Amino acid sequence: MRAETLLNLSLPALLLATALIAHWLDEPYIITLATRAAILALAAVGLNLALGLGGLVSLGHAAFFGIGGYAMGILAFHAQTFTPLWGLIEGTKSMPVIWLVAVVAAALAALVIGALSLRTSGVYFIMITLAFGQMLFYFAISWPTYGGEDGLSIYLRNDFPGVNTLLPLNYFLICFSLLAVVLVLFDRLAKSPFGLALQAARQTPARAEAVGLTPYRLRLVAFVISGAITGLAGALFADLNRFVSPNMLSWHMSGELIILIVLGGLARLSGPVAGAMLFITLEYFLEGLSTYWHVYLGAILLGVVLFARGGLIGLVAGREVAHD
Amino acid sequence: MSAALLIEQLLNGLQFGVMLFLMAAGLTLIFGVMGLINLAHGSLYMIGAFAAAGTAALTGSFWLALAAALMAAALVGAIVEMVVIRRLYDRDHLDQVLATFALILIFSEGTRFLFGSLPLYLDTPDILSGPTTLPGGLDYSKYRLFIIGVGLAIAGGLFWLIGRTRLGIQIRAGEADREMIAALGVDIRKLYTLVFALGAALAGLAGAMIGAIQAVEVGMGEPVLILAFVVIVIGGIGSIKGAFIGALLVGLTDTLGRVLLPQVFGLIMDASSATTVGASLASMAIYILMAGILLFRPSGLFGGQT
Repeated sequence: MRAETLLNLSLPALLLATALIAHWLDEPYIITLATRAAILALAAVGLNLALGLGGLVSLGHAAFFGIGGYAMGILAFHAQTFTPLWGLIEGTKSMPVIWLVAVVAAALAALVIGALSLRTSGVYFIMITLAFGQMLFYFAISWPTYGGEDGLSIYLRNDFPGVNTLLPLNYFLICFSLLAVVLVLFDRLAKSPFGLALQAARQTPARAEAVGLTPYRLRLVAFVISGAITGLAGALFADLNRFVSPNMLSWHMSGELIILIVLGGLARLSGPVAGAMLFITLEYFLEGLSTYWHVYLGAILLGVVLFARGGLIGLVAGREVAHD
Repeated sequence: MSAALLIEQLLNGLQFGVMLFLMAAGLTLIFGVMGLINLAHGSLYMIGAFAAAGTAALTGSFWLALAAALMAAALVGAIVEMVVIRRLYDRDHLDQVLATFALILIFSEGTRFLFGSLPLYLDTPDILSGPTTLPGGLDYSKYRLFIIGVGLAIAGGLFWLIGRTRLGIQIRAGEADREMIAALGVDIRKLYTLVFALGAALAGLAGAMIGAIQAVEVGMGEPVLILAFVVIVIGGIGSIKGAFIGALLVGLTDTLGRVLLPQVFGLIMDASSATTVGASLASMAIYILMAGILLFRPSGLFGGQT
């Protein structure tokens, strides 16, 4: 078995084992950390589709993460206040419905933002995705109905049919299952004709075009799927905290998602999982070490970018499939 | 709305635009000459503001504070260029984004460590305090007029520097073909450090001047950085003229949008919802402007090919 395949299986297993052992030791905080890692990994798998496979450096994925979060917040808010949205739509506390709404809303936003941003490339694309993310951030701050700058709290975690979601381990398992599904989806997609065409369009756009592919369309589809997955993660993240605020839309969030992927290993299946686990672990230990822990995070990140390209998985599994 | 209020808001928009130009000029030069996207430009703005506030607290002199801001930002810029940025020129944009994002984390937390989390304040000097009466009888803040004047003077100076001097020729040649200019005997490494330090000094000056209007605090550079990105996307990357026009467009759109949009909506709905809708739309106005311009000119008003 190749080292990377082994990692692809053992990293999620390690995450699962952490949560199970924490449950056995009765450490709910560790379970929450593991849940956070699973959700961030899920968001980053979404971004990895655009960034790793498509080569699209989106610095605005917090927009989709936040839209997912607000989809949860708004639906649950209307359910708990018994006031229908626009006097028509009842709110809901049902997770599957919320997920569906989050995915569709994020996909629609990604379609609009992607259709505009993908007309450009390179550094323009980075700045434009960043600007659209900021636009939603300021909109959320200045729109007072759902809390504005203060954000929106919900009293109780939402329901999943047949599962008591208030138990930390149960909620972890829900998030972990979704992560597993999306990882399989990513793997299938990367090896599918669509995924191969997308990677070809990243490596040599001119050649891809010459054999009859349309890079713009491929990238737009990848961007939409990517946004939808990140939106799902946003709904889960807001549910974990029972809180959604404009912070989920801030560009630091977009930056952190990219950091996760690059720390883990760009374009690799388990890169986001490795990155999210590493990030949460670093946060946990460095935060204990110093209030100014972002300095260390910055230094580590700088070191990885300058000297250790290929990320964590690259170090272990070699660079044979590394980003060009 | 009265004409006096409109003129006052126009001047506020001009002041905001001129300040954005100081940020955007450095960013667009650095991108044009070195091909580098620098997220840490906002940190240099913050460093300028903190250097000014710190110097003013020690010496009590606003002018020394401005000089200190210029020098601190230029110095930090030159050091960062030589230690980190220099290694990023040949990398792809993703590496540049990550490394400069890491620099933001380091600078922000480092500043918090040195100066604490409480905001600092910088006082305007007596000669620039209070209002002055403009021709036509309108009272307007002397200090904001000072910012407009300094900004326009620097814009003029930059056009002269880029268009008329030997250094400007080298910079423009560096944009066009870096290997050729190196082959002609220009020390390209020194040129890059110089351009980066120049951009940093402009950002530091902008931060110091704004420090007397707003609180000087960690993270103050990031909203401005993102607005400066919008400016150079609108103006076209690498173009100083584009940065100037873009900065004024963004400054005026943002300032006038915040004043006018709530009033426009007030014509068709009740006052409180007009304020809400108007304010929310005003916060999005410049991004809508950017999207509109991109629809017709994907590489900005004065950009070449993307």
